[in-house]
Amino acid sequence: MAALTTKNIGGFLARQGIIVAFVLFMIGFALANDRFITMDNIFGVIRSSAILGVMALGVTFVVIGGNLDLSVGSMMSFSTIVVLDLHDKLGPALGIPAMYGMTLALGAFIGFLVGYLKLNSLIVTLGMLSAIHGLTLTYSGGKNMDIADKEGTWFGIFGQGSILGVPVPILIFALLAVVLSMVLAKTPFGRKVYAVGGNGMAATFSGVPRARVVFMTYLISAFCVATAGLIQASRSLGSQNTVGQGMELEVLAAVILGGASLLGGSGTVFKTVIGVLILGFIQNGLLLVGLEFYVQYVVTWVIIILAVWLDIAAKRGRLLSPIA
Amino acid sequence: MTDEKPALRLENIVKTFPGVRALDDVSFAVMPGEVHALMGENGAGKSTLMKVLGGILQPNEGRIFIEEESTIMTTPLDAKAKGVVFIHQELSLADELSVAENIFLGELPRKSFGRVDWGKLYEQTDAILKTLNVGFNARTRVGDLSIANQQMVEIARALTVDPRAVIFDEPTASLTDAEKVVLFDVIADLKSRGVGIVYISHRMEEIFKITDRISVLRDGQYRGTLETAKTDEDEVTQLMIGRSLDLSRNEEHREHGEVALEVRGLSCGDLYRDVSFKVHRGEVVGFYGLVGAGRTEIAETIFGLRDPSEGQILLDGQELRIHSPVDAIRHGISLVPEDRKGQGLVLGMNCRDNMTLPQVDDLTAGPFVSDGAEIAIFDQYRDKLDIRTPGWRQTVGNLSGGNQQKIVIGKWLSMHPNVLIVDEPTRGIDVGSKSEIHNLIRDLAGQGYAVIVISSEMPEVLHVSDRIVAMYHGRIMREFSAEEVTEDSLIQAISGIESEKVA
Ligand SMILES: Nc1ncnc2c1ncn2[C@@H]1O[C@H](COP(=O)(O)OP(=O)(O)OP(=O)(O)O)[C@@H](O)[C@H]1O
Ligand SMILES: [Mg+2]
Repeated sequence: MAALTTKNIGGFLARQGIIVAFVLFMIGFALANDRFITMDNIFGVIRSSAILGVMALGVTFVVIGGNLDLSVGSMMSFSTIVVLDLHDKLGPALGIPAMYGMTLALGAFIGFLVGYLKLNSLIVTLGMLSAIHGLTLTYSGGKNMDIADKEGTWFGIFGQGSILGVPVPILIFALLAVVLSMVLAKTPFGRKVYAVGGNGMAATFSGVPRARVVFMTYLISAFCVATAGLIQASRSLGSQNTVGQGMELEVLAAVILGGASLLGGSGTVFKTVIGVLILGFIQNGLLLVGLEFYVQYVVTWVIIILAVWLDIAAKRGRLLSPIA
Repeated sequence: MTDEKPALRLENIVKTFPGVRALDDVSFAVMPGEVHALMGENGAGKSTLMKVLGGILQPNEGRIFIEEESTIMTTPLDAKAKGVVFIHQELSLADELSVAENIFLGELPRKSFGRVDWGKLYEQTDAILKTLNVGFNARTRVGDLSIANQQMVEIARALTVDPRAVIFDEPTASLTDAEKVVLFDVIADLKSRGVGIVYISHRMEEIFKITDRISVLRDGQYRGTLETAKTDEDEVTQLMIGRSLDLSRNEEHREHGEVALEVRGLSCGDLYRDVSFKVHRGEVVGFYGLVGAGRTEIAETIFGLRDPSEGQILLDGQELRIHSPVDAIRHGISLVPEDRKGQGLVLGMNCRDNMTLPQVDDLTAGPFVSDGAEIAIFDQYRDKLDIRTPGWRQTVGNLSGGNQQKIVIGKWLSMHPNVLIVDEPTRGIDVGSKSEIHNLIRDLAGQGYAVIVISSEMPEVLHVSDRIVAMYHGRIMREFSAEEVTEDSLIQAISGIESEKVA
């Protein structure tokens, strides 16, 4: 009987572990620092998570489709630099769509390689990570990019504006989350993404155009990255070439933390949003407790490991198991 | 036999899953040197009972005895150490590893510093493979083997230890007749060494050929045990499904319509050559042959999964250009593939979503998938095919093997195809549902569909077909009408005997 209860607790932890760990974290931080649970701080966390969150929404599609996207960080730098540059050259009204077009072209290229040529997504997007970085540096000539007339432009609304007291980045994140959640959960395309990621062969045998579906997931990811780049650029009206550096791992952490399996076929947009918030609050909590920001890198890694382990444990129904 | 201690005994086993009482107070015993059949409908609880025995699942209640000593099976390796070996219904091999590595997985022979002793490994493996008389060796990559040969690897695994009891869960579902003979020899050998054997199968001929006793489960409950020698198919069927069945040959004669599908001079590399045949509306054409005769490859070509090197495919007299399943489906061609786990189902998806996947684009209300339309289709085919599941939300991977197969069949029947190709449609399906599926196939033809049935089971082919195409080594040897065909002539045709006479 005793053995049974410990196993049940283990099973419960395995299934709900992320939530449990999150609640413990929150309680711990709240006790350690009374600024943690304040409206200001909570809003602040959500706002600063919005860029990461927007990217994570797109990567959710890629991961459920059974692939990885490690290029989103450097692609976001690209979008940011490009839109800032085009802002001055073409004006924001033309510059923004042009930037979306260029970012989507990159996404289409990746989607073509992974979807139609069936190349391994890890290799392709890891390569693109550095290729796009090179592209960004070539584009900018290695210099930081700044908008010349920071006062006289309306471009700041995406990153700095607010509507009815809610910051625009949060609104964009929320809107995109709702739309993409519907796409994934309710449309035939969403269903096909799950099928392709769950069992690509069976999807093919069911008349699902696997290559096109994978291609589309990368387009969606690129669209989200472009949006993230837009918010980023608009927030500071200037940027380094490396703003997005390292974000691919945080994005992936958030997606897995939300419960999408790296093997593909499972996860939801809602869960990813939860994952993003958990990550945001944990990082914020660590800062408030007084840890240096670079500790976050280690913490992010620990969280990924924890999430992957719990993901596997949940499938087994217990934390430690002799069978895989 | 009665004074002996059972090799294995299960007492009052209860096992529940969310929404399902899979085993309800089941007791069961196997004597040493006995082949004990476990029978029951799809979802009756056979595999679950054996998983409890094999340490894969823990029962909610009940006890396990080995030679009358109470024990607990914590894991499959633990069960193996206690002398209980389990050969699974669904294959569980590592595709990328060699045959030898798969057979000795977790127990590879070692040299100093923990290095694998490859020489010894291959030697031991080849010795086991020799007793099984198979056409591959220890170094072959498992992913390159046919399903049947993978099954043999699974069996070879059991022979690495000196077992007290071996459980075979539907071992012959994908074996050829020749391979079955080898398997039955292995079983006879184990039996003579005093090993207790549990044998799960839906195939009556086998059950009556090799087993000593038959225990029957129904809806998770124990229904009784019969002496094989003192019973007959009818009594077993009655116990299993509560009624008798008609399993006669197809005698009815029907008028067929126009030619629906025509294949002319189709070739695809070495897989098959110069294949021509016609299928009329309202007709069931059976493709009979050994595993590897090229039947599946022809089906895959018609379904757009392979490009032929030569030849034409015509539908209603029009030549088709089919380059993908999407094209095939658009022309009203459906294929129920032979490998349900690999090709038929997304195991992590729920029952309904699996069933409606090929037509999900058409089941929409505005931009969204219509829940109601999907559920209506699911409900219709669940009833038609008697699929046992607590509801459409159940993950397909949690269904019993036979019920999974029914989901695949439902998926393609619900497309209302012009041409329906079914590849081994009743693999793993219980006798009751099998005859229902056969009737369904006949009915579909009656409604004007053109149907191709690929099967390695002669009774099945004889039962459903109006015409039978016999294949051997990628060529069509002969066509028979239902009236003229005899078992002997069919066997000759598919083993190439006739061709040698002619040549
Ligand atoms: N992991 C699981 N989760 C939920 N339900 C399960 C699980 N495993 C089995 N079941 C259910 O338990 C019942 C018995 O399944 P089991 O696989 O033992 O049937 P079976 O007799 O082997 O059938 P078949 O002849 O089709 O192989 C079924 O209703 C099945 O859906
Ligand atoms: Mg079973």
